[in-house]
Amino acid sequence: MRDRQLRARDMLRGDLEGEELERYVEEKVVMTNFEKLLGWARANSCFPLTFGLACCAIEAPISIVTARYDLARFGAEALRASPRQADMIILSGRVSIKMAPVVRRLYDQMLEPKWAISMGACSSSGGMFSNYAVVQGADKFMPIDLHVPGCPPRPEAVLYGFTKLQRKIMGHPDQGWRQRYSAGGTEEWARGGPRSEPSPEAAAAYEEARGLVRA
Amino acid sequence: MPDAPGLELIRGEIEQDHPGAVLDTSFDRDQPALVVDPAQIVAVLSWLRDAPGQGYTFLSSLHAADYLPAEPRFGVHYELLNRDRVERLRVKAMLADPGQGQTPQPRVLSHGEGGLVASPGQTPPPHPPPAEGKELLPEIDSCVELFPTAEFQEREVFDFFGIVFTGHPDLRRILLPDDYVGWPQRRDFPVGGEPVTFTYNERNYG
Amino acid sequence: MAEIAPAGANLETEVMTINIGPHHPATHGVLRLVVDLEGEIVRDLKPVIGYVHTGIEKSCEDKSYWKVIPFVERMDYVSYFFQMEAFCGAVERLVGLEIPPRAKYLRTIFLELNRIHSHLVWLGTTALDLGAISMLWYCFRERDKILDLFEMATGQRMHTRYFQVGGVIEDIPLGFEAKLREFIADMPVRVGQYQDLLDRNEVFLSRTKGTGIVPRERLLELGVTGPLLRAAGEPWDLRKAFDYLAYPEMDFKVPVGTVGDNYDRYRVRVAEMVESVRIVEQALDGLPEGPFIADDRKYVLPPRSELSTSMESLIHHFKLVTEGYRVEAGEVYYAIESPRGELGCYLLADGSAKPARVHIRDASFVNLQAFKDMSVGTYVADMICSLGMLDPILGGVDR
Repeated sequence: MRDRQLRARDMLRGDLEGEELERYVEEKVVMTNFEKLLGWARANSCFPLTFGLACCAIEAPISIVTARYDLARFGAEALRASPRQADMIILSGRVSIKMAPVVRRLYDQMLEPKWAISMGACSSSGGMFSNYAVVQGADKFMPIDLHVPGCPPRPEAVLYGFTKLQRKIMGHPDQGWRQRYSAGGTEEWARGGPRSEPSPEAAAAYEEARGLVRA
Repeated sequence: MPDAPGLELIRGEIEQDHPGAVLDTSFDRDQPALVVDPAQIVAVLSWLRDAPGQGYTFLSSLHAADYLPAEPRFGVHYELLNRDRVERLRVKAMLADPGQGQTPQPRVLSHGEGGLVASPGQTPPPHPPPAEGKELLPEIDSCVELFPTAEFQEREVFDFFGIVFTGHPDLRRILLPDDYVGWPQRRDFPVGGEPVTFTYNERNYG
Repeated sequence: MAEIAPAGANLETEVMTINIGPHHPATHGVLRLVVDLEGEIVRDLKPVIGYVHTGIEKSCEDKSYWKVIPFVERMDYVSYFFQMEAFCGAVERLVGLEIPPRAKYLRTIFLELNRIHSHLVWLGTTALDLGAISMLWYCFRERDKILDLFEMATGQRMHTRYFQVGGVIEDIPLGFEAKLREFIADMPVRVGQYQDLLDRNEVFLSRTKGTGIVPRERLLELGVTGPLLRAAGEPWDLRKAFDYLAYPEMDFKVPVGTVGDNYDRYRVRVAEMVESVRIVEQALDGLPEGPFIADDRKYVLPPRSELSTSMESLIHHFKLVTEGYRVEAGEVYYAIESPRGELGCYLLADGSAKPARVHIRDASFVNLQAFKDMSVGTYVADMICSLGMLDPILGGVDR
């Protein structure tokens, strides 16, 4: 941050020359604008997957696309049935142990860049169902970008979460964090309990993600 | 509902055709119930359905309950309904557990094992078979021919309690994954789930 | 263009086994169908369920009776008041608790509103499946009005935890009655609009008339209840057959179909919506004054105003909230008419504060057995139509 400040000051003063200047311009102006444009386009034309599991499915995806809580005004009107054509999956409902491999497979079939919203308490953490049949949080088997609490969350809450996700998309996070966190490497953290430390990559990724949505 | 004397009449009539079938009657909270010997359950149900004047042609529900620690442990309940007289009658068949205390426990996942598919290409490790060879399960005759509605419901009872319905066309698990080990609704099966970490138990789960 | 072989010509066909679901836009929920198709004709069909099995019945055994209510209402997630009524009614019968008349009427109002809600969700999603996409928007517009009413009275749109053992948790607020009357006045007009859109629509008629017929006796054998049975001509409705809540005092008709095809099922449910509005109106007109929950402090929380003055109330409150009340050993089966059919609750108590077995006999679970009969021998498109008209809610099927 300080480094960037110094370089900006140098450029304004005319002190950056030659290669340095070129590199600075590349980084700051062209790439950033393009990435911003890309992020903006992606965020405002999300294609959600028509995927409803249980009670939350009545609130989303069915209720938020209806006229009162219109998802179309955020650009996400085109709900796609095929995961190959969708780029956002909203896990609306409890994920049972029989359904978890199916959800994972759907998620894998989606093409990058893809995002996952875990809607409601059940898919975020197992909800009220702490028993043998429900996966205690979809985090256990797939990377989730956003959790929306509630049982079921109001459609407005889901839309608020969606705007946060849009901000995250526009911030163009490094998608690589998902490769590192495909829930494979962080199991020891999830199993070790809240006292154990996440792996350094996971910690860095969480920090970055947190910063982006803190807007 | 047939009232208490009516219930005794029914018991008497069944005794004439199928002696020894009805073990007990109960009239608890205004609901009549017959406790029937499981070996003659199909005979009793068909009598209740077909005998003139009875007409319990509708099976509302077939479910089971685990009465542990009372013996016999399992009760299979048949909720019969006579739609013409609008009367309900419960028929219970009590089954003992042949495999005493040999309920397969769910496998406790050790540290480092993912319970589910962690990444594509990885299949979950298979569950081990029950340790004592073939598990002994309580059995009762299936009533699918009498009441076709029992098909899914008997599968559900099998799925949750491990009660085998002999004569069922397709007895396999219905709600749980096919390779699941254990009979969840039994009372000695743990509820499962993850322990919630509060400050007082942080040391155990932290 | 190549020559199309005339029907009946010697076409070589083979039976293919196709998997539909569990993720599929047309299955209402996570239902997996393994169908054997010969061309477009369904030869065999096996539903595979369990993809949203939540172990609710097992979880309930671990909770005190009061805490079971939110669990049980999340089974069939569109008709949540009905599950609450089934469970609370079962507990009330088990402990012998009589609920006050105002509570009966309030429960009836909310149950019928929930019936309308369930039928609206059904109509919207089924019409969506059949291609009449505008219906979704119109039905959900009305649904949002009902949810506003629920939110006004209970604070939550869905899964309201409104019914408690002994009555309802809170009285209706000021302004609720006015808003409900507005809704009652408006709803029949809206249903008329739905009927204008669909009733004589040629595409809708050709898709639903004559498809998915199952004879009445077969449905009874399969244990099917609810609008499916009534569409086939059997006037069986638990609201009329058994006396529970305020239904004996209500004057309403039970719509019954004739042929038992998908069109009849549609008409029966739409007519039921109108009848439900009438029931709500009558219940609202006849709403008696009085307490909204029973007085028995052994089972019902005392009003909070008393907690600061009466020691006994404090003790009752403490006992109820921490351990809950103990119920003597016994078992009961209590069934009501949910929008899908007979919803029964079997409750086994063993003398402790937690139920020993809570089993919900769900209507969709049993109705799903009729699906094979409805679809075998018909086209895939008819199968999808039948699935919509069957109105399965997989939360109830899987529990």
